[in-house]
Amino acid sequence: MSEPLLQAENLAKRFDGIVATDNLALTVKAGELHAIIGPNGAGKTTLIAQLGGQLAPDSGRIFFAGNDITALPMYRRGRLGLARSFQITSLFLDLSVLDNVMLAVQAHAGHSFRFWRSARSEPELREPALAALARVGLADRAERVTSALSHGEHRLIEIAMALAGRPRMLLLDEPMAGLGPEESARMVEMLRALKQELTILLVEHDMEAVFALADRITVLVYGRVIATGAPAEIRSNAAVRDAYLGEAESTDHV
Amino acid sequence: MNSALTVRNIVVCALLVALALLPAYVKITGNIFVLTLFTRIVILGLAAVSLNLMLGFGGMMSFGHAAYLGIGGYAVGILAHEGIYSGLVQWPVALLASAVFALVVGALSLRTRGVYFIMITLAFAQMAYYIIAGLARYGGDDGLTIYKRSQFLAPLDLTNKVQFYYVCVALLFGAIYLVHRLVNSRFGLVVQGSRSNDLRMRAIGFPTYRYRLTCFVIAGTLGGLAGALIANNTDFVSPSMMYWTRSGDLIIMVVLGGMGSVVGPLIGAVALLVLEELLSGITEYWQIILGPLLLLVVLFARGGIDGLLSQIRARVAA
Repeated sequence: MSEPLLQAENLAKRFDGIVATDNLALTVKAGELHAIIGPNGAGKTTLIAQLGGQLAPDSGRIFFAGNDITALPMYRRGRLGLARSFQITSLFLDLSVLDNVMLAVQAHAGHSFRFWRSARSEPELREPALAALARVGLADRAERVTSALSHGEHRLIEIAMALAGRPRMLLLDEPMAGLGPEESARMVEMLRALKQELTILLVEHDMEAVFALADRITVLVYGRVIATGAPAEIRSNAAVRDAYLGEAESTDHV
Repeated sequence: MNSALTVRNIVVCALLVALALLPAYVKITGNIFVLTLFTRIVILGLAAVSLNLMLGFGGMMSFGHAAYLGIGGYAVGILAHEGIYSGLVQWPVALLASAVFALVVGALSLRTRGVYFIMITLAFAQMAYYIIAGLARYGGDDGLTIYKRSQFLAPLDLTNKVQFYYVCVALLFGAIYLVHRLVNSRFGLVVQGSRSNDLRMRAIGFPTYRYRLTCFVIAGTLGGLAGALIANNTDFVSPSMMYWTRSGDLIIMVVLGGMGSVVGPLIGAVALLVLEELLSGITEYWQIILGPLLLLVVLFARGGIDGLLSQIRARVAA
């Protein structure tokens, strides 16, 4: 429970002189749901992009399960068990929901130069895909065309695709963005169930959700960590209060 | 996906059975012309099915598919001209030549997207056209007459019109089955995922280029097979069979019949060529009628004729 699964050391990233990640250190322990919060422009998305492999850091190292993954491309990290979902949903809209998740399973199942057997009837693709869909509550939507589903359901498909590779850890970039209250509540319920089995790093604007779910919270301001701790510690932290002063999403409301 | 008893499936089955039984109809009525027309339809249907593999399923908008017909046709024509008549030599050469051409075109064009992809495939096809038109030994612009059809082991005899028709139908059905297996396999799923969202495919770890290239080569090879059949059907090959307007005709068949449906292109080939035959009997300016019809299909039936038929099913079920 307590050994670190994901670790970032001295991570730095700048864009044209703007420091997006500033000598950052982060430790996510195995089994926890670790949330990252911070005001707009704090560098949360830049950080998760570096952890996921979309962006290369200028300096620093990233370790996952004891491996140095700093230089690995996104899909290689995926194979090690580190999966990420995207802030902007990027699905295969004209394929079925099941096809979307099956492709995510297939990505982990060796090469795809298999020309003859029907992929949709292969249990080793179909069953993990259906299981992942069931975990996000979309089992009954499997055969629908993806474009026919709602925005909230698209977000759930994103998570099902991340789950399809049987990861040890999920990086979730604002999974509640653009969701209505009902859909958000459904997402929170689902994450609560997932955190029993997986380590999760969650970047999220919805403070209510963060404080309801997180075991530990890291607060970022201008690319730097100003506090890390349990929700109760963060709530009472003076530096955090200062950083959020004047922001609509004050932690006082929680 | 389901093999239910729907309007669309009944129409498709009726079409396939009708194609298989056509020679019986010809024997009863003595109407040889219908057999000639449908031999051509079946061969071009095969070409459209092969184009659809890259266009409809792979999302690769090739504007040079006629080049494969030309290369397959000329492989047969040139070998016959040089005194090699065996189909067991001619046809494998035709397939291999079009596969190699597809590999070269695909390897370069698949590094580009959109309009550039269309222009590169078109440019390669036109290049092949001009090279073949420049082959003085093989007739150049005037084309090349083939004095003997491809020879196979007895009793198979391609000069027999009914036998030749059945060879074409068998190859067409075989190609449709092959495409059906391909697009539903793991390979097909990757190719379709790449059509839908290539960036995401690469993000989750698929090296999509090699799968798309493989799809491109298979489609080009099937196009070469159609070319070998055309050469035997007309006993003549000319550069005009690979002119870019012919590539356009094939795209029209695919779009009219239904992109991304395995049998759609065959439906499109039958519809287009039968319509052409009927309309040209009414007026010399038959394209004035055909044009607006095509426009209607593109505007109101995105899935082509096959899509329309499937909608009837949906309405009946609803």
